[in-house]
Amino acid sequence: MSEDKSIENTPSSPERRRFVGLAASAAGLSLAPGIMLMEVAHGRPEEQAASSAVRWGMLVDATKCGTGCNDCVSACSTENGWTPVAESQHKNQAPQWIRKLELQDPLTQFETNLPMMCQHCADAPCVDVCPTGASFKRADGIVLVNRHTCIGCRYCMMACPYKARSLVHEPLNDTQKADVPRGMGCVESCTLCVQKIDRGDGTTACVEACTASGHNALLFGDMNDPESEISKRLRELPTKQVRADLNLNLGVRYHGI
Amino acid sequence: MKRLLALGAVVLTTAALAWAGAESTSAPKTGVAAKPVITKAVKGEQCVEDTEYMRRNHMDVLDHHRDKTVIEGVRTKKHSLKECINCHASETTGSVAKGKDDFCVSCHSYAAVKIDCFECHSTKPQASMAMHPMNAESAHYAHKMATQTNDKVSAEDMAGIAQ
Ligand code: SF4
Ligand code: SF4
Repeated sequence: MSEDKSIENTPSSPERRRFVGLAASAAGLSLAPGIMLMEVAHGRPEEQAASSAVRWGMLVDATKCGTGCNDCVSACSTENGWTPVAESQHKNQAPQWIRKLELQDPLTQFETNLPMMCQHCADAPCVDVCPTGASFKRADGIVLVNRHTCIGCRYCMMACPYKARSLVHEPLNDTQKADVPRGMGCVESCTLCVQKIDRGDGTTACVEACTASGHNALLFGDMNDPESEISKRLRELPTKQVRADLNLNLGVRYHGI
Repeated sequence: MKRLLALGAVVLTTAALAWAGAESTSAPKTGVAAKPVITKAVKGEQCVEDTEYMRRNHMDVLDHHRDKTVIEGVRTKKHSLKECINCHASETTGSVAKGKDDFCVSCHSYAAVKIDCFECHSTKPQASMAMHPMNAESAHYAHKMATQTNDKVSAEDMAGIAQ
């Protein structure tokens, strides 16, 4: 907890290097050294499918999360192209992928700040209830909605214990980001910036923003790799899963709640 | 009686011919829709497949690729809708589906087939961040750059402390 530096996701972070090594060995020995170098630059090669050897996850340190700070939320909105709730015309039904919660203990008045978003459950209720198979878990643990098959029934919104999902109620009129297709009538939620992960950034927009703000409350990485920064921190710090009683094996863990 | 019939036939044929002739001259103006405008792609010399193949099969090609991308996370450029848009976006509207003569819309309205892609997908290419790092329009990239500068400063600070 004392070394804030460790939480910064620099491109040469150990989890990235290990991941590159894994990708290279999976791609086979026939690859020329030049191609190996390409992989170092891009993380997982673009023709290689996401692998279950990796499980992406996030650690939220609520003791460092700033009161009144909203940087992770605005970074998510900019990266993924959803309108900030304050600017939406219909605030009650505006899509929101990540939100800040401020909790107060009624007895001690102790305040806790934390961001809440899709917890990327390993046993995801949203996936269980989806009648079309549109809600699915990708091999690397990211829970997504396949908008090509989502019928907008909103069962998953009812099933999610974390209120993580939103339905897009209004036409978006070509305001979407090229990398983040979204549309009216489909349900959506945090994707752990899947477009960035596939590009090899090895981090998410919210984590970048939190680090840039100096709070360093968010850490992203591969929970399957014992050597990754996130695994090390999870070993050191007492962490909790929200509603651990549900036994969903969450991809997002909290410290200080 | 026979002669009368023959005369009748001649009259009818002449009339029919005259009518047909009249129609063939006026045809382009009425009945038939104008052919779609197919603008040549702005970037690139050659499509990833033959033009003939693409005209018939682009929907299947895109369908296959979208499943690979969404479900498996395979993001190869060939057969990716994003790359179609990057090449075919019109120089005037900057889009493949905004104006009536834009690449996708032009043929689709001629064939009267509704396009669903752009209910969710952007019709415009994404501005390349790699090429214009200073034009970062989004706070996220500003953050990213801030992170990079912070890194540098702290590294120097660290060096200073060490000395
Ligand atoms: S947090 Fe909600 S939306 Fe995310 S995987 Fe779990 S049930 Fe699904
Ligand atoms: S809204 Fe879409 S993703 Fe959610 S349960 Fe219905 S079909 Fe599945």
